[in-house]
This record gives sequence, structure tokens and C-alpha cells, in this order.
Amino acid sequence: MTRDIAVVAFAQTSHTRRTDQLSEVELVMPVIHDVLKQTGLAANRIGFTCSGSSDYLAGRAFSFTMALDGVGAWPPISESHVEMDGAWALYEAWVKLRTGEADTALVYSYGKSSPGSVRDVLTRQLDPYTLAPLWPDSVALAALQARALIDSGLTDEAALAETAVRSRRDAAGNPHAQLRGSADAAELLRGPYEVEPLRRHDCPPISDGAAAVVLAAGDAARALHANPAWIRGIDHRIEAHQPGVRDLTESPSTRTAAVAAGAFDAPLDAAELHAPFTSQEIVLRRALDLNDAVPVNLSGGALAANPVMAAGLIRIGEAAALIHDGRARRVLAHATSGPCLQQNLVAVLEGEAR
Amino acid sequence: MSAQRNRRPVAVVGIGQTKHVAARHDVSIAGLLREAAVRALADAELSWADIDAVVIGKAPDFFEGVMMPELYLADALGAVGKPMLRVHTAGSVGGSTALVAANLVAAGVHGTVLTVAFEKQSESNAMWGLSLPVPFQQPLTAGAGGFFAPHVRAYMRRTGAPDTVGSLVAFKDRHNALKNPYAHLHEHDLTLEKVQTSPMLWDPIRYSETCPSSDGACALVLTGERGAARAPRRPAWVHGGAMRSEPTIFAGKDYVSPQAGRDCAADVYRQAGITDPRRQIDVAEIYVPFSWYEPMWLENLGFAEEGEGWKLVEAGVTEIDGDLPVNPSGGVLSSNPIGASGMIRFAEAAMQVRGQAGEHQIDGARRALGHAYGGGAQFFSMWLVGDEKPEH
Repeated sequence: MTRDIAVVAFAQTSHTRRTDQLSEVELVMPVIHDVLKQTGLAANRIGFTCSGSSDYLAGRAFSFTMALDGVGAWPPISESHVEMDGAWALYEAWVKLRTGEADTALVYSYGKSSPGSVRDVLTRQLDPYTLAPLWPDSVALAALQARALIDSGLTDEAALAETAVRSRRDAAGNPHAQLRGSADAAELLRGPYEVEPLRRHDCPPISDGAAAVVLAAGDAARALHANPAWIRGIDHRIEAHQPGVRDLTESPSTRTAAVAAGAFDAPLDAAELHAPFTSQEIVLRRALDLNDAVPVNLSGGALAANPVMAAGLIRIGEAAALIHDGRARRVLAHATSGPCLQQNLVAVLEGEAR
Repeated sequence: MSAQRNRRPVAVVGIGQTKHVAARHDVSIAGLLREAAVRALADAELSWADIDAVVIGKAPDFFEGVMMPELYLADALGAVGKPMLRVHTAGSVGGSTALVAANLVAAGVHGTVLTVAFEKQSESNAMWGLSLPVPFQQPLTAGAGGFFAPHVRAYMRRTGAPDTVGSLVAFKDRHNALKNPYAHLHEHDLTLEKVQTSPMLWDPIRYSETCPSSDGACALVLTGERGAARAPRRPAWVHGGAMRSEPTIFAGKDYVSPQAGRDCAADVYRQAGITDPRRQIDVAEIYVPFSWYEPMWLENLGFAEEGEGWKLVEAGVTEIDGDLPVNPSGGVLSSNPIGASGMIRFAEAAMQVRGQAGEHQIDGARRALGHAYGGGAQFFSMWLVGDEKPEH
């Protein structure tokens, strides 16, 4: 028998360019306390805890062990960690709840990009023998993808600018977003290139931030929230690493994950896509068959705030929030990892049938 | 914890290891993992196409300088188009990785899962990787041994154990390793006296009581009942598995016998129906990076009363022909590819109940414990495997 599992609480920081005055523990503690307060659960009442983060942002090993201190893991807790975006930590927690070994799970993730140059840091994700020594940074790789899309006639620079404008204007209603509001596309297009064909507005802001979610199964979920956001399907897939062997205009992994998650089984009310670059939203919309009738990234998305390692979990949280407060009934959430959308996760969340 | 249990039985049907050595100059990181994975697939008589998902684990990315290596490793592990997860729970990661993979099968999410853990320490600087240069935190400037030596001292003082016990464990494990073709250290002319006179590194831990730095990988193929029925060789069944964590540093922490370790063992024993571990468990692969951790963990895991673990060591109970053999493979003291070390413990436990452990096989082993720990003795992962399918 399959257990129904729902998001019952979500919290995030107000994402900012830098948080010099905060340690990672201090960054993550308020959001953990927030979701626990929302559910009325204490840390020692949570059945399973899982987090996502990357030591490379902090520039030191085992940074997650210190963040764990912020959870208050005493008495000892059942806990795990993925060195991935928090969306994958949520996936591990979802699996754990499915086994029936826990009824509730705390998931959190965080990333401070400000201590270093995140563009340089992300080059360390690449094949260590052939790619990483060349230091191709994340914006340059995304520019290759954008160029392939433009050359294929799938978009142009003006359309990309419109995506940035839409995202940042939608973010005006999101108190957690880093960039809120935008100038017109015509003005944005007068700016210089960051890496041609990408201008600054095509790229995500550099953010520090954290997020936390509480999952619960079946009756436990119903007891913790009047309107749980049920995870109807969740799946993730990875693609080849070398950019040269992929068609960067396509995202077959997103498509496969969406099929497995049941994304195409019924119409969607909204989608939260983890697309740090404007051009990547085009790729994801095509993979997910999303037309303009489905609102995308009402939160502003990663173009308005991009705390690396938390941005994917935030998409799931924002999707759940739309359901929690009745703004939508069926929402798709997406998270990505790796250069040029190498790895993708899709979740479909639903409120109770009306 | 939960009234409702949905676990489906999980079987280990494939196991692969590399020969652990100080430096594998002949393979890349990807090549090292692939070698273990290919051996696990061959053991299960499965192909890459039979694998539904891949779960990898290693200790900090800083060790090799590759951030989120699952991205680079997707191609080499046949994961393209499949789900791939990357677990990191410090030194316990090899065990945690196997447990995450097992849960995918237990939850009915996937039919057959490949899990691989690794470390290629020769491409790293573990000293830097283990350093935490942050203000207001305990400086671990002398590596892991510098952190653990005071806790060994505390154990000796608390229990009155004679200072000869550590060398007995080290000599036993290094001697056992001679029977394990995959073990890194094969010290044919080692004697107890040589262990006892080896240089003191972190008093009371001597050079020969310390784990080596290894390159190595370990892989498992996990599947459910249907997969097990098709398996060419006897499966090992997972009877229980658990993880527990506690903070690194806090007032009241018992570094000698952490509560998280005791709780983790209790959860595994409860799942597996173990009420008397000393009698019901036939062999244990315990994470012992410094020799004194054998008696310490014997107590933490409930094999001995508090203060009595060293007496089992002295009496030869944990020898390969004793009544509770511990680390017949040679253990972490003989091979330590850090990120893989926990999975090797889990794999060796499974090999024992499959009757597959070759020269270091314990006759008639039916139930075996695999154990791993990490961080500041704060992360624990364990599983108990048996030769028969669990009843529940």
C-alpha cells in the first residue's frame, strides 16, 4: 500500500546578496524554527531529518555537521544528508516516509554564495580531468545553451528579456525575493553582455539563503495542516555530463521525470521551475509542454533569488504554498542541478479535491 | 516510531570491491567506481540495463576536489536517463548510502538499485579536507587521530583497560587482512611486538593501530523479492537498518559511548528481532579506524557490558576463530578508502551470510552486523543482514 505524503509547512529566509554577519547555522536556524512552529512539532518529535548543502560554498569540509547543531539533534535523531540541492533531500525524506518508518520529516537546505566567487566555485562540479582544468564557469556554460536555443530559432534575446521582466515583476509580491520589480525589456536590452548572448538580467542574482519544509504522511499530514499539499508524484533523472554529447536545447531528463511524476495526467494550475537562466525556462517549458496558459514562477523563481542548494527546495515550497493558501489545486515543482540543466527533479503537488 | 510499516524485503544480490591500495594511478575516479560496480553487476549476473537507479556516497568532496561528483560520474555508472542520488554523512557515509539505496527498494520506488561508495585519497589531501579552519571550533590540526585520542584515553581511564589492548586489536585485524585479497595492507611479517613498538602518533594511538589512506570503491546491487528469486547466488537479506545523529560538541556528550550509537543499534536490533546480540549475531564488521574503537564499540553496540569490552578482546572472543569474530576482513585498520569504508563493512557482513567471504569466511554465519560511524563520533549507520528472508 502506498502512503500519501504531503508538504505541510514551508519557510525560507529573505534572500540577500551577502550575509557576512551570519554563520550557516545562524542562517538556517530561523527557518527550521519557523516550520517547526507552523506544525507545532519539536525537533525530537520529527521522525526523519534530511538536509542538502555543499561544502564548496563554505570552502570547508563537513559544513553540514555544524548546521545539524542548529537542528538541536538531542536526543539523537534519525538523520541523513545529501550533498545536493534540498529538493533531493526532500526526495530522500519522501522515500523514508514511504517505507512507513517515519510519519513526519524535516527537510532543510542552505547556501551561502557570498564567501567566494560562485561562478568559479561551480566549475569544480565539472569532470576533474578534462573540463574543470579549463575553468568554464556556470554563466559561460549557460551562454552556450542560450546560443544553441537562439541559433535553433526557439527564442531570441528580446524574448529572454521578457522572461526576466515577468519573473522580477512577479517577485514584487514575494517578500523573500532578492530582486523585486524590473525595468522594461527595452531598457534591459541596452545593458552590456555578461557572456554573449546573456546579459545580467538573463542570469540569476548571487544569493545567500535557506529553506525548510516539513513533510507528513496520511493522517499525520491532515492533523498538521488543514490543506496539505499532497505529493502525487516525484521523480528525478540525470543526463550525460559532457556538454558536447547533449543537445542543450532539450531536457529529456525533465521530460522523463515529469512523465514518471504524472505531470501530464491532468491540467496544471501553475508551475515553479528552477531555471536560474532565462534561456533555461524555454528549455523546461518545452520539456514540460507548458504553454502561456499555465503561470510559471509566480514567486519570481531563481531569476529573483538563487540561493544555491536551496533554490530547488524553494520551488517545491512555493508550489506547496500556492496549495496551502488555496491559490491553486495542482502545481508542478521542478529542481535542477549541474551545468546546463544536467539533472532534473519534477514533483506534482495537489490539494484535496474540491 | 510508526504504527504503519510498509517495508518490502530487500536483498543484496551483488557485491563488488576494488583491491584497496595507497594509490590507483592506473584509473580515474570514474574508472575506480566503475570497477567496483562492474564486479557487483557480474556477481548479480545483471547488466547496466537492469539497474533502475544509482545511489553514490563518499566523504567530503574536498578530498578529491570534485564538487558534487555525481554529475561527473553519471556516465561512468550507467546512470544517464536514470535517477541518481548522492549521500554524504561524513565517515558513516558508506553505510548511509547503502541504507538510502535499500530504502528505495523497501519503499517500492525501484526494483533494483546500484549503490557505490568510494574514496580516491591519492588524488586528495585528507589533512586539509579534515580541517575546519573556523573560529570558535575545536581545531583538528592533527587529523582524525588527534580528535579521537583523548576519547580513547577516557575509555582507558574509565574502564581500567590495560594499555596492551589496542595492539591486540591491531595485530588481529592486520592478520585477518592477510586472508582478504581486497585488503590494502598485507603485512606478512607483522608481529604483536612490532605493533607494540611502532611509533606513538597520538598517545595512546600508535602507528600500527591507525588506519591507512586508501584508494578504493565498493558497490552493492540491491533488489526485492522478485529480483532475489532470479539471483544466481544466495542473497543476503536486510533484517534491519538505521541511522542516528547527534551534535558534534555539547556539554554532556559521551564521546566514549555516544547515545546516537546506542540508539542506532537498539533500533536495528528491534527491527531484526535481536534481543541478545552477543549470542544472536554470528559476525560483526565494525568501523574501527583506530584499534581502541573495537572494545569501545563492543560496549556501545551491546556486545559487552559497559567497561567490559576490552575483556572480550583480551580473551580472544573477537578473533576470527573466537565466538564473536569482529572484522575478519581486516576492517578499516587494513583498508580505509574513507567514503567507501562504511559500505565495505556492510558488504563484508553480507558476504559472510552469503557464504562468499573466501578465506575469511566464518563457518555457518547466518546473521551479521555492518556498522559505520563518522564526524565527531556523531553519525551512525548500521544494518543487520541474514541468510533468510525476514518474516515481517
